Amino acid sequence: MKLEFTLNGNAASWDGPPVTRLAAALRDDLGLTGTKIGCDAGDCGACTVLLDGRQVCSCLVAMGQVSGRSVETVEGLSADGEVVAALQQSFLDHGAAQCGICTPGMLMAAQELVRRNSKPTRTEVEDSLGGVLCRCTGYGKIVDAVMDVVASAPVTAPPAGEAVGARIVRVDGPAKVTGRDLFGADGIPGDALWIRVVRSPHARARFELGDLEPLRRRLAAVLTAADVPFNGYGIYPDIKDQPVLADGLVRYRGEAVVALVGERAEVMAICDDEVPIAWMPETPLFGVDAAMADDAPLVQADRPGNLLLKGGVKRGDMAAAFEGCAAVAEGTFETAFVEHAYIEPEAGWARRIGDRIEIHATTQTPYMDRDEIANLMRLKPEAVRIVPTACGGGFGGKLDLSVQPLIAVAAWTLGRPVALVYTRPESMAASTKRHPARVRARFGCDAHGKLLACDVTALFDTGAYASWGPTVANRVPVHAMGPYAIPNVRTWGEAFFTNGPPAGAFRGFGVPQAAIAHEAMLDELADRLGIDRLEFRHRNALRAGDTTATGQTLTHSAGLAQCLDALRPHWRKAHEEIAAFNATGGSRRRGIGIGCMWYGIGNTSMSNPSRMRVGLSPGGTLTLYSGALDIGQGSNTIMVQIAADAVGLPASQFALVTGDTDLTADAGKTSASRQTFVSGKAAEKAGQDLRQQILRLANAGPDAVLSLDGATLSVRDGAEVRTIDLATAGPLMGEGTFDPPTTPLDADGQGVPYATYAFAAQLAEVEVDTELGTVKVLRIVAAHDVGRAINPTLVEGQIQGGVAQGLGLALMEEYLPGRTENLHDYLIPTVGDIPEIECLLIEDREPLGPSGAKGIGEPALVPTAPAILGAVHHATGVRVHRVPLLPHRLHEGIVALKGKSQ
Amino acid sequence: MGDYLRPRGLEEALQALTRPFTVLAGGTDFYPARVGRSVTEDILDIAGIATLRGISETESGWRLGATTTWAELGEALLPPLFDGLKQAAREVGGRQIQNAGTIAGNICNASPAADGVPALLALDSEVELASRHGTRRIPLSAFITGVRKTELRPGELVVALHVLRPLNDARSAFLKLGARRYLVISIAMASVVVEVENGKVAAARIAVGACSPVAQRLPDLEQALTGARFDARLGERVAASHLAPLSPIDDVRGSAGYRSDVALVLLRRLLSKVAA
Repeated sequence: MKLEFTLNGNAASWDGPPVTRLAAALRDDLGLTGTKIGCDAGDCGACTVLLDGRQVCSCLVAMGQVSGRSVETVEGLSADGEVVAALQQSFLDHGAAQCGICTPGMLMAAQELVRRNSKPTRTEVEDSLGGVLCRCTGYGKIVDAVMDVVASAPVTAPPAGEAVGARIVRVDGPAKVTGRDLFGADGIPGDALWIRVVRSPHARARFELGDLEPLRRRLAAVLTAADVPFNGYGIYPDIKDQPVLADGLVRYRGEAVVALVGERAEVMAICDDEVPIAWMPETPLFGVDAAMADDAPLVQADRPGNLLLKGGVKRGDMAAAFEGCAAVAEGTFETAFVEHAYIEPEAGWARRIGDRIEIHATTQTPYMDRDEIANLMRLKPEAVRIVPTACGGGFGGKLDLSVQPLIAVAAWTLGRPVALVYTRPESMAASTKRHPARVRARFGCDAHGKLLACDVTALFDTGAYASWGPTVANRVPVHAMGPYAIPNVRTWGEAFFTNGPPAGAFRGFGVPQAAIAHEAMLDELADRLGIDRLEFRHRNALRAGDTTATGQTLTHSAGLAQCLDALRPHWRKAHEEIAAFNATGGSRRRGIGIGCMWYGIGNTSMSNPSRMRVGLSPGGTLTLYSGALDIGQGSNTIMVQIAADAVGLPASQFALVTGDTDLTADAGKTSASRQTFVSGKAAEKAGQDLRQQILRLANAGPDAVLSLDGATLSVRDGAEVRTIDLATAGPLMGEGTFDPPTTPLDADGQGVPYATYAFAAQLAEVEVDTELGTVKVLRIVAAHDVGRAINPTLVEGQIQGGVAQGLGLALMEEYLPGRTENLHDYLIPTVGDIPEIECLLIEDREPLGPSGAKGIGEPALVPTAPAILGAVHHATGVRVHRVPLLPHRLHEGIVALKGKSQ
Repeated sequence: MGDYLRPRGLEEALQALTRPFTVLAGGTDFYPARVGRSVTEDILDIAGIATLRGISETESGWRLGATTTWAELGEALLPPLFDGLKQAAREVGGRQIQNAGTIAGNICNASPAADGVPALLALDSEVELASRHGTRRIPLSAFITGVRKTELRPGELVVALHVLRPLNDARSAFLKLGARRYLVISIAMASVVVEVENGKVAAARIAVGACSPVAQRLPDLEQALTGARFDARLGERVAASHLAPLSPIDDVRGSAGYRSDVALVLLRRLLSKVAA
């Protein structure tokens, strides 16, 4: 059906089936990919547009209903001649866009409001944005940007040498607020074939494929396990246990079995039950108890006892030390599968170019993808080119392969571009999760509150495949005693295979789960001795000069005590306010809690180098070639800031080439909070290298001042100015490499697992409705020792986003296979759930880091859940042993406590 | 690909219903049920039928057109009788869903957790159904018969809901409990309408949602409140035994026992709030 409507103020026409979703028509037929699709179910709001001036989810509007009406999308926000509208500029100035996938939806939802009310209140903004989910920002900067739309304070670009520490606008920001940034599903060629994956409805089953020939005649190809040259992948070089397509046996619900390849409409029209698969379901193993049982069937045939890995850290004499403790606390704490819930589902496309395969997909780790695809396809790594698209959130979930193997195999075989975009339920069912953990902890201290001993055992459900399980099981024992100086320590971790979804990397690699346990122990000991919970932590905080449980002496940059000092005034004031509130009685009770953490930056006792390059072309183009992927956290921007100051030219003069494995060097993966510290150091060295080359050419001293004007580079050394004509002197290329110094851990976990650690302390104020069991977080104050804040706005953005995810972990997030595979049954916080988050940046310089910087990505999340749970205990007396603390669970705890006291 | 009809008049729509169609209005339940698959059924899009939309006052009360959106309802000028329904309208999904979703869609989808249903039950609303053979009206309580089940017969469309003008001054309110703010499926919710005469409750109509396959009125409680003083202590009259019509279940959002407990709390608060 042909229909006419108004699109961004202009007459538009469209022809197609009227039941087509507006979102699909905009993106696929009208070329407006600024409107994003996150769920196709009205649950995330990423596709929000205005229809006759009202915000709607364009995934829920039939094109037949658009006829004669007015549609406005992000592409139409700025007026003719305007680069960006005031609202977009305010988003840029406030750092309101991180990965940018929700940004167009946020902008359009806000536009409905600000068009009729340019000075909205916070409540009005929240009511307007309540239907758009953001997983990166924690919403605070978005709300501020909308409230300040008419009074946004513009951010100015810093001069040469002053980029580090400046709140510059993110370099990829304009592309994100205009909808021009291309994500995994945005640049798919029109002639691409599409894949639809048939997945297992069973958590554990054997299966036989029937006659696929009838389907093959209808489609371009039907891929099975037999079509994958080497059908196993995995994070570790020696554990390639996950098949691209299952081979007669599935180990979790959602595992890929068959890939249908053909024209998009054709593959989408084929129902699962048209694919002949004879299932023979078996009883699945769920949870570590089932996996550890003596008679448990094996998930992986070569893993006796379903054990993936075990190991720990031993120091001092833990058992003897407990004998001498004045107070001992113990408890067991459980966490659930948690879904990353990035708003961009996995997506990408591949094409074969001669004897090479080129993959355009959303990812956190281009070089690992390259090597893994080469291994799966039995190609040399050089035959694989990874061209990362913009990444609409990762949080660890896009470190594992998703669409890449199938699009690569299909494109290679068929000689045509092939695309795959996961649906939201598919993304949730197929992708990795945070490891469910059971952490048993015992902590003891002397009568003065000095910690003497700790004993922690953490059991992890690693799901059907190893993925990052070993990383979690290794990292947790190093961190499980918390950021405290404890002379006698035993920590232990074990990970077991089950028929749950593969548990992989998720912001913190198991440390957030362990922190819930150690912080509860600290609270209990403090309460028992009658010592203030903050002061108790302060007394035990690891400081420079202390030796950790792995025997590593911290020489610099251990700023936990400073973080606690910064929190103290807020802590004391809040205590008074809360006491006054609670004195009024009523069913609502307030409480305050505190959580501390430390976090080793980079891989655990493993090499994880980064290499960066800075080039100056004969035409005078200054380019940072960065393989460090920006998944929203801001590395594109801070790498430029660091490189700019190292060269001595303004950040605004830099061009950026990022991610493409043909054009950039390996800067490792965006994980383990390592990009600022590791890649940032490499960028600093690359910039310094280029500067040295320039100074040599100009025969100038180290303090010379550079300026670049077209192809002319001027070097002012004292009173003397020399000019270099880059047309003849160029191209110049500086290079830098950094690999943080670590050593392997021995059998007792002794060694130097990380070159540096981030430290943090957060406080949470909550209000508990004791009759309903609901928890409203009223305020978070987050003090983080980041070494040096390269860009404070981006650091705050990381903290606020991490806090939001920590709040979700504490209060609402629980992934249940087959039950919460969408964003209305699986809840992540909305704008109405996140309180004001005040960030206190502590800068205890790390000499190894660029300008003293460490990392912030994961540390931001770790202390939040412990702080909230501590606050709930303070408010109600209920010690929480299981998260998420859903209202009915807290209600049960409150009722049980009342029963005891009566 | 199926047919897609978008009639402008009700007659045309009813004539089309000589054969089965899937009815589409706001799309907020239709599309989420079809994620990742092509739509092949025949569609009757009723959103373009002007007479099905909007709120009007009649001799006996009010007519809420079938395709009236939650946003339109929330912004309409209506007496306090409708406060509960308007509060519910602002709790349906997020703003986008409120701008698109319709009241008839909410009752026809017949979810146990439909946010509009308790308030519409407390309003004692009637459903007007039309077919080629004529129209009929049935109480909403008789229209929704089970989880995803209604009394809608083949060839019928919901054209409106009707609310009778009460005999006395009426107040109303709605409360929803979810595990997060905005865009959340209710764990439990409740809505009340209280008619007041001479400072006393002349009549009360109370419904609880998400605690039974279909939201339920609570006749014993309504009875117990009748004649009571209309003041902030009204909530104290709610007893656990009044919740007998409810049959809550355990699910991912909450346990059965929890739902019973919080339904009681919500009702007490609601009555105190409406009488405050």
